Amino acid sequence: MFDSIIQNIFNALQWGSFYSLIALGYTLVYGVLRLINFAHGDIFMVGAYIAYFIAIFFFKGSPALSGTTTLALVIPLTMILTAVFGVTLERIAYRPLRRKGANRLYVVITALMCGLILENGNLAFLGASRKSFPELIDKVVYNFGMISMTNLKIGVILSSIIVYFILNTIISKTKIGMAMRGISYDKFAIPLMGIPIDTIIVVTFILGSSLAGLAGILFAMSYPILDPFMGAIIGWKAFIAAVVGGIGDIKGAFVGGFLLGIVEILVVAVFPSTFRDLIAFSILLMILVIKPTGLFGVAKSTKI
Amino acid sequence: MLLEIKNLYVKYGNIEALHGISFNVDKGEIVTLIGANGAGKTTTLHAITRVPPPEGSKVSGGDILYNGKSLLNVPAHLIVSDYHIALAPEGRHIFGNLTVEENLKLATYSRPDDESLKRDYERVYTLFPKMAERRYQRSETLSGGEQQMLSVSRAIMTACNFILLDEPSMGLSPLLMYDMFRVLKQLNEEGMTILLIEQNANLALKFAHRGYVMDTGEIVASGTAGELLNNPEVKRAYLGG
Repeated sequence: MFDSIIQNIFNALQWGSFYSLIALGYTLVYGVLRLINFAHGDIFMVGAYIAYFIAIFFFKGSPALSGTTTLALVIPLTMILTAVFGVTLERIAYRPLRRKGANRLYVVITALMCGLILENGNLAFLGASRKSFPELIDKVVYNFGMISMTNLKIGVILSSIIVYFILNTIISKTKIGMAMRGISYDKFAIPLMGIPIDTIIVVTFILGSSLAGLAGILFAMSYPILDPFMGAIIGWKAFIAAVVGGIGDIKGAFVGGFLLGIVEILVVAVFPSTFRDLIAFSILLMILVIKPTGLFGVAKSTKI
Repeated sequence: MLLEIKNLYVKYGNIEALHGISFNVDKGEIVTLIGANGAGKTTTLHAITRVPPPEGSKVSGGDILYNGKSLLNVPAHLIVSDYHIALAPEGRHIFGNLTVEENLKLATYSRPDDESLKRDYERVYTLFPKMAERRYQRSETLSGGEQQMLSVSRAIMTACNFILLDEPSMGLSPLLMYDMFRVLKQLNEEGMTILLIEQNANLALKFAHRGYVMDTGEIVASGTAGELLNNPEVKRAYLGG
């Protein structure tokens, strides 16, 4: 019994890592732009596909590189390319609307449409057949009594924790991070400090998208079947995790992601698996009913 | 001439807020714009600093020259970092979720980390000892007067040599107000050019070298502070006598 709880929590942490990494992107963009970037789940999907193509290129190319070398190339390249992708999306879809002073509702609808375009664009150009991600590292299973862990799961969990602490340092210590926090409080005063707003927005999209790219790699390695709609559900869930944690707050997104992972897995441990999302989301709904600003959110009266 | 406003028109949508105003500020001067609410004083400052105001105003005619160069096509952040013009806006607009020190640090965003930066921190902390005291405090917990000091301190930290002040006395107790103007006087003596907006015309004219009186988007009187203080029209309309 005890063993199975530990085992389940371990699985929960793995899923929590995926949710957290994606939720951080939602929360960063929301904090800076007050925009819920509904295309973010699909940026995660794009990240997974970018990782797939880079992995195939090096791993199956000639001369073929070893799995570890490939992985060492896949991680930075995917993060960079996904970041470029996210910044491009901002440039062509969101920035023109912002320049014209469009109502926030239109920008959110645009984000939703961008997500659909990415999903269906992928379907149209890459076809309906699923891609299977190559196995880059040999699976090692560690057994501690009844608990089994794989090197991959440990890697996923550690990556998300390390990334969170790096991000947290950037947000709290650097000038650009301060500007990202400042802009969420008072956008008007940012240019008065000599800070170009567009630079802050670009950095925000770089950070959020590269984390989605990393989540894409880790997810593809753990569940190596990719399809164009893989980002939709997981994106929605990560968004909800960010809201439950308190959207706009990175600690909230991180904790919210893990909370969702744990709730889901614990539900499955007790109830039939078809009940998973029903019960998990009911619990999250209750949290929001009790604390509408989310766990770490602060009620704020300033212009939202 | 340092700043020259030439026949400036500003519109909010279809409504014209400034109907072709002209005035100028020389290097080292303290100039004040006085006038009732809605006269267009804040609109003028926003036009100079090129900040995109939340209401979306647009310059529809005329020009703003700084050292002879037009500012109209300069983005707001370059007005601060390249032209060294800073605005301490009405309503303060401090970053309440950041500490006092972080607010000041943000104002140095475009500055290199050098000796002059260190000097400016010391200068601000000497001019406003309260800022040093409250350094690590979240700035939204400061009193209204302290927030006003932070707003002015932030402007100083941008390394400006021309500062625009929008109602710096607002919300200040008489004692703090006196303190604020003493500091501003000192800044001016150290070489800072100041353009000041005040509702309290009496105070403004005692402090400034020259002034302009604005009324519903036009400049209706101008002169040295002494002249305006003794102008019977100005006296009746703005000085309560």
